[in-house]
Order: sequence, then structure tokens, then C-alpha cells
Amino acid sequence: MKVLMTEYLRIDLDSENWECRVCDHTVGPARGNYKEGLLVYKRDPEDIHPSVIDPEKYNFTFCPDKDWVSIYEFYCPSCATQVEVEYTFPGHMPLYDMEVDVDALKEQWSTREELTEPTTGPNVLVDRTHGHNH
Amino acid sequence: MNKDANIELDVQDQKLIKKFLKDTTLFLGPDPEIMRDHRIMPRTETEERCMDEYTDLNQIASIRDRLQSACEEGFEMVEQMGAAPGAKWGDIITGIYSASGDLTIGSAGGVLIFSALVHHPIKFIIKNWIDEETVGVNEGDGFIHNDSRYGNVHNTDQSMILPVFHEGKLICWAASTVHEGECGAIEPGGMPTMAETSFDEGLKMSPFKVVENYKIKRDLLTFLQNSVREPKLQYEDMKVKLFACMRLEQRIKEVFASEGPDALTACLRYTNESVVEEVRRRISGWPDMTVRTHTIMDSTLRENALIKMNLTLVKKGDRLIFDFSGSSPEFTNRAINTQLPGMKGMVGQAFMNHIWPDLPRGQAGLSPVEFKTTLGSIVDCTYAAPNSQSLMSIFHSFTVAQHATAKILYSAPEKFTRVLAPWHNMINTFIWGGVNQHGETLGNLCADLNGMGGGARMDRDGEHALSPIFATMADIGEQEMNEEDVPFLQLVSKKMTMDTQAPGKYRGGMGYTQIASTKDSDAWGFMTSCQGSKAPTIQGLFGGYAAGAMPLCRVSGTDVYDVMLNDPQRMRHSIPEIMNEQPFENAIYTTQHLGLGFEISKRGELYMISQGSGGGYGDLLERDPALVIMDIEESLISPDWAKKLYKVVFDEKTLAVDEAATKKMRDEYREQRKKQGVPYAEFVKKHVRDIPPDDVPFYGSWNGNNEQVYCGSNDDLRDANNPGANYMINPKDVRIGELEKELEVVRKKAGIVATNNRT
Repeated sequence: MKVLMTEYLRIDLDSENWECRVCDHTVGPARGNYKEGLLVYKRDPEDIHPSVIDPEKYNFTFCPDKDWVSIYEFYCPSCATQVEVEYTFPGHMPLYDMEVDVDALKEQWSTREELTEPTTGPNVLVDRTHGHNH
Repeated sequence: MNKDANIELDVQDQKLIKKFLKDTTLFLGPDPEIMRDHRIMPRTETEERCMDEYTDLNQIASIRDRLQSACEEGFEMVEQMGAAPGAKWGDIITGIYSASGDLTIGSAGGVLIFSALVHHPIKFIIKNWIDEETVGVNEGDGFIHNDSRYGNVHNTDQSMILPVFHEGKLICWAASTVHEGECGAIEPGGMPTMAETSFDEGLKMSPFKVVENYKIKRDLLTFLQNSVREPKLQYEDMKVKLFACMRLEQRIKEVFASEGPDALTACLRYTNESVVEEVRRRISGWPDMTVRTHTIMDSTLRENALIKMNLTLVKKGDRLIFDFSGSSPEFTNRAINTQLPGMKGMVGQAFMNHIWPDLPRGQAGLSPVEFKTTLGSIVDCTYAAPNSQSLMSIFHSFTVAQHATAKILYSAPEKFTRVLAPWHNMINTFIWGGVNQHGETLGNLCADLNGMGGGARMDRDGEHALSPIFATMADIGEQEMNEEDVPFLQLVSKKMTMDTQAPGKYRGGMGYTQIASTKDSDAWGFMTSCQGSKAPTIQGLFGGYAAGAMPLCRVSGTDVYDVMLNDPQRMRHSIPEIMNEQPFENAIYTTQHLGLGFEISKRGELYMISQGSGGGYGDLLERDPALVIMDIEESLISPDWAKKLYKVVFDEKTLAVDEAATKKMRDEYREQRKKQGVPYAEFVKKHVRDIPPDDVPFYGSWNGNNEQVYCGSNDDLRDANNPGANYMINPKDVRIGELEKELEVVRKKAGIVATNNRT
């Protein structure tokens, strides 16, 4: 059985591995940090958040200051899907963000049906007959 | 003496000691027993008896619905009649509390955290004033409160609390809270950035009786009016809140008449206990795991600093533990700290807004959740530390809670909302004050703080400028109505700020530009109080990005009203046009971080800001090209930037997408990712440091060692469990020091001996 853990990652309870949901690549042991099985890139903030106002003229431009924040991108080494992005302090260790109790996960899913797509929660239908009337 | 006699003596001694301590307590300050406990109170004997007697769940539900309707009615009254701008936009709430003080039902509209924290002052009243002969709690009494140290977000919010009796017996409580704005602090508007001690924060109302026989005591009212800049507002809203509470009391008494007071008591207790039980059941369905996240606070609002909000969220069985160890120490003379209940209340708000909005809006939803904090940290500050800008720290605590729970929630089969990326979390708005065009002294803020961009969801984009993180149903007000009261115009407003979205497969909801300029007063000014001008304040989710940085842009030395009158073609209507083209002759164009202390503005000067975007969700290369084109059509993103960012190829005239070329471009970019990305171990070796940056002051733990926290420099490493005081130097003194050093160099070069170098 496989459990969908994030938009791009699942855990195979039988092999106890993290897997890429896009290309089925085995990322690494489910009892470990999935990031250790990914490629990492330190992104220049200007590539994602443009200087809306001229950086030659101004100190604050809408672009984050790279001396104050680093952007780490994590890619699947097989299909290059961007699995995770982390905004962090310059020089900080990437976070071990999802440490899963695999034994508990196995126990929990032993009584559940496998899901191939995540549940989304209820749809909220908007009643367009009511609205602002002023 | 036998054993039983000894025990009896011990009990008598204990009683005597307790009485002695009570009789000789010189100051009834905030009570840790009340303030550090967010759980619902133990079931009382009365509640036990009532629950035994009333077991019909249909009756319980019917009573709960009637009480919910009463809260909505009270909410509507305050919104329609309240004088504070906050009241008009829904920054209010009404709620009903059990006899022990537990919030059971809050109005659906409004700010739940307000009500969720009022249980603290009610419990203070129960503990200290009911049996106090100089105070007492009687039918027709009303208690006022605002001091966050007794249970509140910040001092700008004021509550009115009314006990509800039946035949002389206290059955429950009704309360109403409003973000009043002005509260007599060192700066106008109620949220002073310049506060360096709690005594700079204005009114410090511990819970006290201000109403008897349903009438406001005029002597106390006058004292309060005399302590704030807006005496009329103080009076009007005290009356409004009192009447809302009285309406709640009326509706509650109608329940007494038809169902009996014991049925109502059973309803309140049953509701809270069943919510606790249901929350434990829902938590049990989540996977057991530990999630770690953090956000960057880039400013104290007085100076830039790298401040860490750190969360380790542990889910095990039916336990959910929010561990904030490793977060920054408090700033003992800066206003961005929060008292512990404020942080908890905001985490509760995250659950009630975005995870379990179907549950009754009471405090029981958070009751089973556990917290671990350090007294003296930014999320659990000491009594003396100011907290008037606690929104900074509680908003970051909201974001880390939202980010971490999303990572746990994704795999759970049972969901009650969409998994979503973090909401934008800063109040990018103008706080204002001074003498208006009618000669009245005012101090408050623009409702644009309620226009935060929503986070992207797992199956769709986030919504623009949707709602603040502290209320799902709040308004941004009518600008034309505001301008009747205040002497400034928003020359540009509600126009989305292009190219500031948080990208992803689904992008975050965006924020809008606000350009304000004073017009009809020589004594009017602004302040802004946000972080995020250097570093984003949120995270994206599952490969999505955060929003960018948000600065304050200014134009001084000109009068744009004269420009608009005499040379209107020079006027521009966006921040980039104004700042990049610099269309006004002889004007001065500057930028700064969004921690602007209050300052008087001149007619026709421009203050320009933008609300921020909610976080993006998923890999931006998976974004549907049609959605990218729609964003171009709606002027949310420029064509050039859209192509560069999302790798979409389209005809610039027709905006028709070339699907094949887009696929090729994206495939090529995926190959580029494989080349630029490096294996984890190699990356760590190259980019990770053992200590924080040398050239930026850093506060918090480093690389996961939450036992120690840095405090502004790499030479100042402290015990995280006892960080001690953390004082900042006045930025003006810092600047004076820098200038004196420069002056000394110049003097030495010129051979001039300083005249005041005596020690």
C-alpha cells in the first residue's frame, strides 16, 4: 500500500520508501529525511520575485534581500519536479520538515482503503442569489 | 496526636495560609494559573446535574442554535452602531461563556480570537471579584477590560463583559469585543510601534466594573475618556458593546423562560465537551509525525533584524503539540512580543478558519491541543515587555501553524477544508492620527488590513485580498465613507499590484496597492507596522513559493494635489510608474521598511504600500498556461514576467498559447533544474554554516539546536530555556554613534581637537 503524503511524494508502506508521485522514482527511506534524496538549488530571489521598482535607485524594491533570506529549491532527480521550496535564513540547514512514524502509519492504514488521489474536503457551493445588496 | 488529627491540622493550616495570602495580596496582577491555561474548566457539580437532567440532543442543538443566533444579532448591532472603524468592518465579536468562563459560542462573523481570549478576564473576575466585598458580581453589572496581560491580543481591543443571572444565580456570561483603535498610547491608533515599555501602550484596564444596573458609571467613563485621544469614540462604543451584551442577555433569558436555565447550562457544557471529544477524534485520524518549519521576521518595526519564529509540531495518537522552542527571545523594549494567550488564540484561529470551520466557534476546539513555550521568548513574553505590536509575532505563529498542519493534513482521508498554502500574514495598511478636517482629534487605521491575499489551495488559486487571517468574514470598508471623517485620500486603492504574486501550480491570491496623501489638515500623520520588506513573511507549500517583499515607498517635497490640478498628465497611478519614472519635479523619492513610526505628513506627499500575496502551491511548471494567460489579461502579471517565470510561450498580441513550444520550454527547464541542482550532502557542505550570518543581527536557534538561542550576535549565545532580557539600542542613538565615528575621523584628518571629550 502507498500513502499520499504531499502533492508530489508518497510513502510505500511495503518497501518503506519515499517515492515521487510524478515519475515513481524512489527518493529514499521513509524513516529518513526525503530531502536527502533530492537535488537542491539555492535560488536567487530576483528570479522569482522581481524588483518592481528600480534597484539602482532604491534599497527596497519588492525583491527580497538575498543577504536576509535564502530560497532552497528541492527537485526530484529523475523528473525534476519541484517537490518543495524553503525560505530560510542565509546559511541555515534545510529543515527536516516531515519526520514520519512509519510503524504508526502502517498501523493506521491497515484498516483503510488505499487512495490514489487525495481527498479534498467538502465542496462549498456558493449561493449566488444572495450577495451584497448595497 | 493521631494521623487524622494531623491531616485535619494541615488542612486548617492550608486554609489559614491561603486566607492570609489573599488578605495581604497588595496587587492582583495577571494570574499565571488563569493566563497559562487555555483548556476548558473541569465539569462542575451543577453542570453534571444539568447534563444528567437534559439529555435530549435535539433540545441541546436547538438551544445552541438560538444562542448562535443571539451572537449573530449582537454582532450585527455592534457592526451597525459601533463608532470605531474596526466595528464597521467586522473587527468585532460577541460570545457566550459558561458560568466557569469558558467561551462556548462566538458569532460566525468577526474575530474569533477576541472572544477566545476573553475567558481569561472572566475567570479573573470569577476568582477575584465575586467574593470581594468592594466589588461583587451582580445582575446588571458590566466589566470592561483591555490589558493583554489579563487576556487579550493587544490593548487596542476593548471588551464589555456581562454576567447573566437567573433568580439570583449566575448562569453564564455574555461579552462583546471591538478593535477600538485609539487607546491613549504613545502613538495614535492603538498599536504603538514606539512603545518601549508597557507604560507606553496607553490604557491598561485590568477587568473592572464600569456598569451597574445596566448603566455606565459616569465617573469611570470620564476617567477613561480623559485617557484617550477619542473621548466620543470611547463613550459610544462602551454603550454599543453594553447594549449588544444586554441583547444577548435578553435572548438567553428567553431560553431560560422556554427551556429553563439548567437546560442552557447543559447545552453549554455538552457543546464544549463534545467539541473536545471530536477534536481528539479528528487528530487521531492524522498520521503520527513531526513537522518542522519556521518563518522569518525581518524587523522589530524599529530596526531590521533577522528574527526566527520556530515551530516543531508533534502529532502522536490523539495529541497535537505545538513546540515553539528555538523561537527568538523576547525584545524587552520593542513592541512585537506577545503574551502567551495571544499566540495560542491565533493558533486556534488557524484551526477555526482553515481546518475545522464546521466546529462551534468556542475555545473547546483548541482545548486538547498542547503548547510548549519558553517564558521570555517572543511568543511568551514577560509581564514587563511591551506587546502593542503583538500582531507581528502572533501572525507568524499563525503561519507556522498553518504551514505545519498542512503537511500533516494532506494524507488524512477525512478533511473539512482544502489543504492550502499559508495566507498572507501582515497588516499592510495605514495607521493614522491627528486633527481631522472637522477639527476633531482622531487615531485609528484603514480597513485595508482586512484585504490579505488568500493562500493557494490544493486544487485552485488563492483569492485576492480576501480576508485577514484573524477573521474569515470581515470587510475593507467604503473608502468614500472613510474620507468623510479623515483628511486624506487614497489616490490609488483596490488595484492589484502587478508582478507580486506568489507563484506555483496554483498561485496565491494577490494584494492591492494603496497610495495615500493628506489633504485637509496640517496636523495629520501616518504610521505603518509590518514586517516583510526584506524577507517574505510566509512560506509556500509543496513546491510553491512565498510572496516577495513589500516596502514602503514615499514621495516628499511635492504636492500631488497641485500637480493633479495644474499638470494632471504628470500623475501616475501605480507604484512602479511613480517610483521609476519620477514624474514630479523636485520631489524626493525614497523607500524604507514598513516599520514607519508615526510622523506628521504634509499635504500632497505620497505614502505607497501594497498588501501581500498568499503563498503559492505546487510546482510552477505545472501551472495551466490558460491560468497564466488569464492573469495577464487581468493585469496581475506582465507578459514578459509570465513567460520568464512560468515558461509559457504565447502570441503577445492575441495571447494564444503555443502548447508545443510551451511543453518544449518547460521540458528544457526541467533539464536545467537537473544541472543546477546538486545532491543534498554536497549542497549542505557548500551552503550551510555552523553559525548565523556575521553581518546581520540574528535572534533564535540555529540549525535545529533549540536548546540555545542567539541574541543579536554570534558572541551572544544564550540558554533557550532562560534567555533573559534583550534590550535594543534606540536606532537614533545607533545613528548618532555612527555619525560621531565619522566625525572623529574627519576631525583627526583636519587636526581638530574635540571640545567635549571630557569623561
